[in-house]
This record gives sequence, C-alpha cells and structure tokens, in this order.
Amino acid sequence: MSNSKLGRLAGMTTAMFLLTAISPLAHAAWEVNMPRGVTAISQEVYGLHMLIFIICCVIAFVVFGAMFYSILRHRKSLGAQPASFSHSTKAEILWTIVPCLILIGMAVPAADTLIRMEDTRGSDLSIKATGYQWKWGYEYIDEGFGFFSSLHPDHNVARQLGSGIDPASVDNYLREVDNPLVVPVGAKVRLLLTASDVIHAWWVPDFGGKKDAIPGFVNEFWFKPEETGIFRGQCAELCGRDHGFMPIVVKVVTQDEYEAWRTEQMASVSVQPAVITSETPAMAMEVSSDPAAAPAAVPEWSLETAMASGESLYNANCGACHQINGKGMPPTFPAIAGSPVATGDVEAHIEMAMNGKPGTAMAGFGPQLSDAQLAAIVTYQRNAFGNETGELVSPDQIAAHR
Amino acid sequence: MSSITATQDQHDDHHPTGLKRWLTTTNHKDIGTLYLVFSLIMFLFGGSMALVIRAELFQPGLQLVDPGFFNQMTTMHALIMVFGAIMPAFVGLANWMVPLMVGAPDMALPRLNNWSFWILPMAFTLLGMTLLFPGGAPAAGWTMYPPLVLQTGDAFPFLIFAVHLMGISSVLGAINIIVTIMNMRAPGMGLLKMPLFVWTWLITAYLLILVMPVLAGAVTMLLTDKYFGTSFFLAAGGGDPVMFQHIFWFFGHPEVYIMILPAFGVVSQIIPTFSRKPLFGYDSMVYATASIAFLSFIVWAHHMFTVGMPLAGQLFFMFSTMLIAVPTGVKVFNWVATMWKGAMTFETPMLFALAFVFLFTIGGFSGLMLAIAPADMQYHDTYFVVAHFHYVLVPGAAFAIMAAVYYWLPKWTGHMYNEKLGKLHFWLSAISVNVTFFPQHFVGLAGMPRRIPDYATQFADFNAISSVGAFVFGFSQLLFTYIIWSCARGGQKATDQVWEGADGLEWTVPSPAPHHTFDTPPVIK
Repeated sequence: MSNSKLGRLAGMTTAMFLLTAISPLAHAAWEVNMPRGVTAISQEVYGLHMLIFIICCVIAFVVFGAMFYSILRHRKSLGAQPASFSHSTKAEILWTIVPCLILIGMAVPAADTLIRMEDTRGSDLSIKATGYQWKWGYEYIDEGFGFFSSLHPDHNVARQLGSGIDPASVDNYLREVDNPLVVPVGAKVRLLLTASDVIHAWWVPDFGGKKDAIPGFVNEFWFKPEETGIFRGQCAELCGRDHGFMPIVVKVVTQDEYEAWRTEQMASVSVQPAVITSETPAMAMEVSSDPAAAPAAVPEWSLETAMASGESLYNANCGACHQINGKGMPPTFPAIAGSPVATGDVEAHIEMAMNGKPGTAMAGFGPQLSDAQLAAIVTYQRNAFGNETGELVSPDQIAAHR
Repeated sequence: MSSITATQDQHDDHHPTGLKRWLTTTNHKDIGTLYLVFSLIMFLFGGSMALVIRAELFQPGLQLVDPGFFNQMTTMHALIMVFGAIMPAFVGLANWMVPLMVGAPDMALPRLNNWSFWILPMAFTLLGMTLLFPGGAPAAGWTMYPPLVLQTGDAFPFLIFAVHLMGISSVLGAINIIVTIMNMRAPGMGLLKMPLFVWTWLITAYLLILVMPVLAGAVTMLLTDKYFGTSFFLAAGGGDPVMFQHIFWFFGHPEVYIMILPAFGVVSQIIPTFSRKPLFGYDSMVYATASIAFLSFIVWAHHMFTVGMPLAGQLFFMFSTMLIAVPTGVKVFNWVATMWKGAMTFETPMLFALAFVFLFTIGGFSGLMLAIAPADMQYHDTYFVVAHFHYVLVPGAAFAIMAAVYYWLPKWTGHMYNEKLGKLHFWLSAISVNVTFFPQHFVGLAGMPRRIPDYATQFADFNAISSVGAFVFGFSQLLFTYIIWSCARGGQKATDQVWEGADGLEWTVPSPAPHHTFDTPPVIK
C-alpha cells in the first residue's frame, strides 16, 4: 500500500501547493466553515453542524483506520495468507446497534432546534418579502411602506459579460443592493415570504437558514439578530437567468436608528410608489391616485426629463433581459431596438409593459412601478436604440390604462 | 471488437455485419457493448459541459458565457450525466454480466433489449438538439421545478419527450433484467446464491419500474400546464408548485439509489477477488440493499426542507433519512471486514473499488449532515450539496463503473488492458476528483449558492482550485477512453479466470466471452 498511500499524500501535497500558489491573490480570509451567525438559532445550528461533523470524523477515523491498516498489513506482497471467515453474527449485530444509538444521539438535539426554529410566535416586526425575477420587494406590513431591493447599479455594470471591471475592485461584489432591508437589533423579525413569478429563496447565512419564496403561497421565516451590522446573502433557489444577481443585504441597527429610518420612510412613502406587490393592486391604485404621489418632475414632463429618468429605470428593471443596449437576446428576450412593440401602437406597448406576457419571463410591471416611472420607461424605449419615434408618453396615459 | 467476437463464434448463426449488426442485434453482449460505448460518449459530452461551467467559475466576474447559457450547461450536464452516462453504463454492465453471472444464454427478452437501447440515442438527440435552438436548451435545472421550467422556450416539449423516452428505455431494460434473473438462473442457483451484482441489479430494476412512471406523470403534468391550460403546479389556477417537488423527489430519491446500488454490487464483486477472501456478510449485504431500497421511498422530502413543510413532516423526513445510515454503514463495514486478513493486491479495478469505499463514505458523511433538518436550512442549495452529491456520483457511481470496466474488460475483449496506464488513470482521477470537489464543501459552508455563474470574491480561491481539478479530471478521461480502445484492439492474452482470486460463473467461460454462452446450463455446486 505504500504505493497508494504515497499517492494520497501526493494528492494532499498537490492541493496544498495549489493553495499556497493562489493565496496571494486572496481577497478575503479562507473561509472554510459555516458562520456562527448573529442569532441564537444560527449559533445552535452551527453547534449542531459541528457536533455531527465531529461524530462523522470519529467514525471515519475508526472505519478508515481499519481499512488502511488492512490495506497496509494484509497484502499479498507481504506474504499474507487469506483467512476464510465470511461472517460474524456478533460483529454484525454490534455494527447495526451502535450506529442506531449514535443516530438517536444526533436526532434529539436536532429535533429540539428544529422545533424552536419553527416557532414564529411573538414577533416584534413583520415584513413581507416578495421575490421577483430578479429583485426583492419588501413591505413593512404594519408601517405601510415598502421598497424594492435590487443589485446595486455599480455591481450591475461590473457583472456584465466582458465588462472589463475587476470584481476585486468592487466592494462586496454581487452582495450589495440599492435599498437594504433595515431592522432593529434584538427584535424578532418575522418574514412573510412569497414570490410573484417563480420560486426564490431568501437566505442570509448569519441568520441561520433560508426559506423558499413560492408564488401563490406565503412562507414564514424569523430571525432575531443580537448584533448590529450589515449582513449579506442572496437568492438560493434557481430562478432563471439572473439568479446569481439578486443579493440580500440586511442592516441591523439600534432601536433609535431604526425609529429615525422608519419615520423617514413613512414620510416619503407617498413618493415611493415602487413598493407595492402584485397582491395589493388596491394599494397601488391608492398611491398613484394620491395627488401628493406625483414625483416633483411631473409638472415639467418633457422628452428630456423622461428620457433621463427612463434610462436609469430601464437599466435597472429591463436591462437584465432586454440588455442595456436594447438588443435583447432573441428569441427568449426580444430586442427593444426596432421592435414592433416599441415602434408600433403606443397602447399595445403600455399594455405589454404593465401586464407582461403570460407564459414567458416578461413580468407585468404595472403593480411594481409608478405612472411616472412607467411613462419614463416606455418613452425611453420608444426613443432610444434608434427607435426615434419622438413620442412622449405621459403619466396620465399610464393612469388611464390602469 | 466485432471481428473478435465474430471469429470466436462457434455457432453457425448468420447475423448481419457492419452497422446493421449493431442496429438489429439481439445479443446481450452486443447490446451491453452498445450501452457502454453510448454511456462513455455521453460521459465525455456531459463532462465537457461541466468544463464550460468550471471555466466560467474559475474567476469571479463573467468572462466566457452568458448567465442564461450557463444555466443551460448546468441543466444539460446533469440530465446527460444522470440519464445518459451513469444509468446506461449500469444497464450495459447488467446486459453483459447478468446472463454470464447467473448462467443464462441471453437476456430473457432479446428484442425488447434491442429496443430499450435504441430508444436512448433518439432521446438524447431530441434533448441535445435543443442546444442549437435559437432560444437555447432547457435551463431550469435537471429538477425542472415549475413555474421556472414553464418559461422554457421551444426546447420545452423536446425536454419532456426526451425524459419520457429515457423513462421508457429504463423501464423496458428493468423488466428484462427482472425476468432474466427470475426465470433464467442456472439450475441450483438459488436467490441467495446469486452474485451480489445480480442482487443489487434485481432490486434496482424494481426501483426503476416503480419510479420512472412517476417521473413520466410529473413531466406530463408540466406539459399540460404549459400547452393545455391546466394548473397542476400554478397557484393562479389553484395548483401548487410544491406538489411538483413532492412528485419529482418521490421519483428522485429512489433514482439516487438506482445510480448507486449497482455500484455497491460491482464493489462487492471486486473487493473479494483482490482480497482473495469471500465477501463478508453476504446475507446482510442483501438485506441492507433491500432496506436501502425500501427507505428510499419514504425520505423524499429531505430535498425540500426549506419549502415550508409542517414541523411533523420535517421531523419524519429527518428521522427516516438518518435511518439510511444504518444499512449503508453495514455495507461499508462488510467491505472493510472483507479486506481484513485478506491477501490483497492492487490492480486497477481494486484501486478504483478502494477509492469508491473511501470517497463514497465521505459522501455518506456529508449526506448524514444534510439529513439534519435544522443544519440543512444552511446547507440547502449551496455548494456543500454540490460537493455531497458529486462525491457519491463521481468517486461513487462513476468510479464503480470504471472499476467494473477494468475488472471485466479482459473478459469482454480477451486482452489485458495496459496496467501501467490503468494505474496512471486511477491516480490522476482519484487526486483530481478530490481537488475538484473537496473545496466545494468549504465554499458551500461559507455561503456560496449552487447554480450561479458568478460569485462574491471571498469564494474565488477555492473555486479556482476546483476548476483546476475539474480540467485534470476531464482530460484524464481521454486516457481512460484510449485504454479501452487499445485493449479492444489487442494486448496480452487474457486467461479464462483473468484474476487469481476471481470466483463466479463469468470466469468459467473463455476470454473473450464467445458470442453465445451457456447454451447448456452450467452446474452449480
């Protein structure tokens, strides 16, 4: 066996060399284990993980020890004569019973933790989180405000194929959003998870787990962060092309900071119509028909202002599929440049933008965006990429379509 | 190889030659060869897709492929490896070896046998051609979860019908194997005298018959949801997307054992041969295999701990899953006890079998960790899971297939393979497979989800190592292909028994095995 043992050793050494060869390029510590996290549950889960891991290591030591001893000593080249035994009832009963006992020893603490994890009672704050292709919508149910949380625009540029931007030069590459979730430290936060299109999963490792967000159903997940800080995660269930680009960032702040942030959000709720999820069309109506809801830009609604805000809104909401250059990826994601929809009947265009196309990844953005935002996007699509229709779509046209 | 078998033919049967021979053959050895060659081609094809994935993941940032194409690669890689490489390889081994091991002249249903093979190239043509479609291949993962899979473009019906054909092929193959084993054993070969490879295949065949129709039902419901206005899995019409997952995994978990039980059988043939000692605990091996097969039907929802099941459901599936460790443990202990006080030698098949025991057990340990529901909330859908199932499928199932090929190749071709090159292939594969998959445990635990084309920079280093390992592993398989090819063409003449410690009916026939064997049933002691 010296031969095969040497080989194994050689394997390990190769791996080690590789490690040292590449490590100068390391951007962060070599993280090899599950984070302990910042909730009581996440620490329990870490403890369970380590317990099972150590038990496995002990079993591995015994089993592989016997195997390697045998490989080293019971070899023909050393003149070993084969024994002829083919069973031993005593040994077989022993190695059936002992694993059962070990398993019971694992199952008890695991069940205990699981029961605590599933106890969503007595929460201090309820937030509805809705998964979209590809962003998260958060709604603070009791406070009546909400917002969308997408991959940060800088990261969105850096992550494009052949962007030429070194990911190492972007802080927290792919783990940064425009609007992070903000929660107070020490509060039991209950997430009500759902999705508008396909299944997503909400996961921040520091909070001890993940839960699927399923269209048409509401799942519950809770966490009670014990430390302030910024915690990052991302969607964990394959949800289409940009599954890798829908991060989750949670800012855990002190109670005072949270109150200040909350007041600010509630004050600006009327100019934050990009809030409401598809399940609450009535609220969307209410927000957009509120006279105070009109963004400041509306009184001077012109092709220039609409194009300017339309471009950034298009890049954030449409660029993932239709591409920032408007060329799309036909036939799955049609081009906007020269498209019959974007150069044809304006009503059909508004209808497509607001209600989507069933059976495809084209979502209806009516419930997600305000009249002004939709008008800006439609205007942009009708005038950018060489479409040059010269048409200006007004927020009133969108409102009339609702 | 055709010339070899033809010259060895002692019967005056007049089968066609050339392409027509392979198209119309009803001979179990020919069909076994077809299955094995087909699975090798699929293994290289699916493997090259894995290399596209690993090349993109070598560094953070998108360098090579569009994220949509990346998803096509992960989906196609999995479908091809599961249904095109691993499963047909085991069916090929069964075709070649089951009749030889039970002393039967051929499979019980030879024409059906031809048909079950030739369905497969059609199925994979349907699936593979979607890569050339304007909208690309399916990209929703091999698990085909709705509603995402319903967003697939023109490739969708091709995916569904390809899966149907693969299922039909598997069920027909399974029926043939069961009928052969039940009816065509040589006189005196009682069920508990059958070689373990035959036993594991018998149980696997029952699993196939029980679960492939379930998969067919699930994908048919997807088809009607997409084209005929039903809402089995669409909440808007009163359906439930999670129901698909329940049905899929009711197929999917037994499927996992369909891919590993025959591997257990192979290893249980090889370890006694090279330890020169009978298999330890034959009866308990049979019972352990049967228990694993039974348990595989009551653990499916451990793939779904995060979908929001009731607590009682989670507890049940956690406990039942943990139970699988007991019969699996019995198998590992029995293999080690078989080696104990043997007189071992380490030819290539034995090396692969030993690596199987060692590395499959590591995959078993991570499987036990994944069974712990609270911890699975962290592990689920991360690279830890990717590492786990690749440990049981690559150094598990695939290594067992390679071990079997080296073990029986001299019997098939009449020549010894090149032992030096075989050993080189083993060491390259065994080292690179660990370099590829071991670091994936770390990135998974540290928080990297699976099925993403780009990742946060803290995962960069382990991903780079993993990609290096994958390329070494991938190119090592070209060596494997060369070894098989050169062995088929010539080499040192193999004896009938081939291996000093080999025991069983297949070693009593000449090497290469003549076109027809056991026309008169052998006598079982």
